[in-house]
Amino acid sequence: MSGDPTNRKLTTAQAIHEALDLAMDRDPTVLLLGEDVDDPSGGGVFHISEGLSTKHGEHRVRSTPIAEQAIVGAAIGAAIGGFRPVAELMFMDFFAVAMDQISNHAAKLRYMSGGQTGVPITIRTAAGAGMQFGAQHSEMLESWVTHIPGLKVVVASNPADAKGLLMSAIFDDDPVVTIEPTLNYWVSGPVPEGEYTVPIGKANVARAGSDVTVITYGREVSFALQAAEQVAAEGISAEVIDLRSLVPMDEEAILGSVGRTKRAVIAHQAVRRGGLGAEISCLINEHFFGELQSPVVRVAGPNVPIPYAAELESMFVVDANDIAEGIRRAAK
Amino acid sequence: MPERDVLERMFELVTTINVADERFRTLLTSGRVRSTYYSPKGQECISAAFGAVLRQDDYCVTMYRGLHDHISKGVPLRELFAEFLGRVTGTCKGKGGPMHVTHPDSGLMVTTGVVGSGLPIANGLAWASQLKGTDQVTIVNFGDGASNIGAFHEALNLAAVWELPVIFICQNNRYGEHTRYEWATSATQVAQRSVAYEMPGVTVDGNDPVATYWAASEAVERARSGGGPTLVEAMTYRFWGHIFGDNMRYMPPEERKAAMDADPAVVYRKWLLDGGHFSEAELAEVEAAVAARIDDAMQFALDSPPPGPEELYTDVYKGEVVPA
Ligand SMILES: Cc1ncc(C[n+]2csc(CCOP(=O)(O)OP(=O)(O)O)c2C)c(N)n1
Ligand SMILES: [Mg+2]
Repeated sequence: MSGDPTNRKLTTAQAIHEALDLAMDRDPTVLLLGEDVDDPSGGGVFHISEGLSTKHGEHRVRSTPIAEQAIVGAAIGAAIGGFRPVAELMFMDFFAVAMDQISNHAAKLRYMSGGQTGVPITIRTAAGAGMQFGAQHSEMLESWVTHIPGLKVVVASNPADAKGLLMSAIFDDDPVVTIEPTLNYWVSGPVPEGEYTVPIGKANVARAGSDVTVITYGREVSFALQAAEQVAAEGISAEVIDLRSLVPMDEEAILGSVGRTKRAVIAHQAVRRGGLGAEISCLINEHFFGELQSPVVRVAGPNVPIPYAAELESMFVVDANDIAEGIRRAAK
Repeated sequence: MPERDVLERMFELVTTINVADERFRTLLTSGRVRSTYYSPKGQECISAAFGAVLRQDDYCVTMYRGLHDHISKGVPLRELFAEFLGRVTGTCKGKGGPMHVTHPDSGLMVTTGVVGSGLPIANGLAWASQLKGTDQVTIVNFGDGASNIGAFHEALNLAAVWELPVIFICQNNRYGEHTRYEWATSATQVAQRSVAYEMPGVTVDGNDPVATYWAASEAVERARSGGGPTLVEAMTYRFWGHIFGDNMRYMPPEERKAAMDADPAVVYRKWLLDGGHFSEAELAEVEAAVAARIDDAMQFALDSPPPGPEELYTDVYKGEVVPA
């Protein structure tokens, strides 16, 4: 990461706001569209775009009708027409409504046109459980999008990365989905001033360790760090890799670490079946079959919809204790 | 004039919705419970009117802002409130929550949190009744904002082509989340859109229970007798913004004040008295009975336990327990 080291603290929501503002300052082709995003409609339900339509104009920051298909379609068309739209889909669960545009069009138009028409859009979306929003407003659906060739997918775990990854996404020449863990909007951390990017495709070693590699992303990174702290007291040294980018994935970072530790835990909130953990586990097996000291452990959501009742929801969500348990299993 | 028992039933429903809404807002403000609450206050007369027209075996599909619709369709208050609080005694064992209440015994078939998604499903329920040859009617409630999503247009067209016994009820509260109606919608009135689908469409004052009752009666009669779908747009206002607790800065204060000054529940009560339909004592008696029922239901909900851990793994598939 470039940019000045700083102690200035921002919430993730503020960091994302800053990235959008800087990108719009730098490049007049950057546009924002989504439900409620302009100032007369409150600057977004999470207030992330507050002030941007006033500053950059309502022709560049547009509130839309509730019409996800129309939002993504308009972003794609404008992108082909020379702009860099950032489309906001309020919750990732609503990707379902816009999936034709995302999968059949945004992802494939470059390929189908033999490279003539690219789609440099960014789709920002909030995702994840923990707020008692129930089964239709809480899912981490990264596997839906990582499975589609042509899309890039990033998930930040902290405010500084959220800003840097979003800057990379906006100026990337291909469609990028930025998944923003909803609860992280209110989490603060140091964020460098001014423009900088966090490159798409580079993982971050969030904690160095030598016995077990924990591979994770998004909100689970902070839980993995807590888990690493827990097991350190028991004499287990866990390395925590924050993927930051799911497509492309930093295979070198994963393989480099597991090559040393020979033990791996993959943690994500999304349900286990068909989750990214399976993909990563397979990658590890392809390289280290026979060398691993223990089977790869997946710590993931159970294969159920997300329940409303707080007691059940907290069982669903992968937390530090779950990850610590996974590390202990891998370390045996 | 509707029959006296209709007027009374509507008064009872309006009162129930209002008292329930007040209790939930108080619970949330006090911090005793945590939930996302989409208050229906301001829109209560619409569901009360349909509640007075529909039969128990008619189907209802609604959405996250649905407490008024749940109550008016007859979902038992104890189970309803318990679901709102995420308790095992709730209509859905606390697993669905306020955005996903289901109670087939009352005809409350689906509550969705996704804008517009209830309309196509309502068509399917109406189709099922059509196939079975019953005279059941399906209603689906949604907001003005939902009339801009593809599902609305696909559903209206299909319902018209298949002549389904379904009533599309657009509760036009002038905002979709924080965006004003006219900034997002091309038609001056949502009901105009019925013209394109060659289906009867009507705009009524949704804050006037009697006017809404007549519109509801006509639409229900049409659907029941094989005359096909209707789009009913009921004009109204939400008093407490999108989510209870949002800053409401996007609503001009004078607009909100005017709506609250014309509180439809208060206006209706006064109309019942002034018109000599009921005496003060008669209305007070209904109110006291409602308050007692709500006290009982709220206490039941608060005293109920949360679902046990085993519930996380049931109901994914019929009769199976998913491995942890
Ligand atoms: C497909 C979809 N997009 C966005 C949302 C987020 N959202 C929830 S309610 C709402 C506004 C809906 O407005 P309206 O249809 O008028 O109903 P109201 O809330 O006013 O009753 C939005 C945008 C959603 N739930 N589903
Ligand atoms: Mg509305």
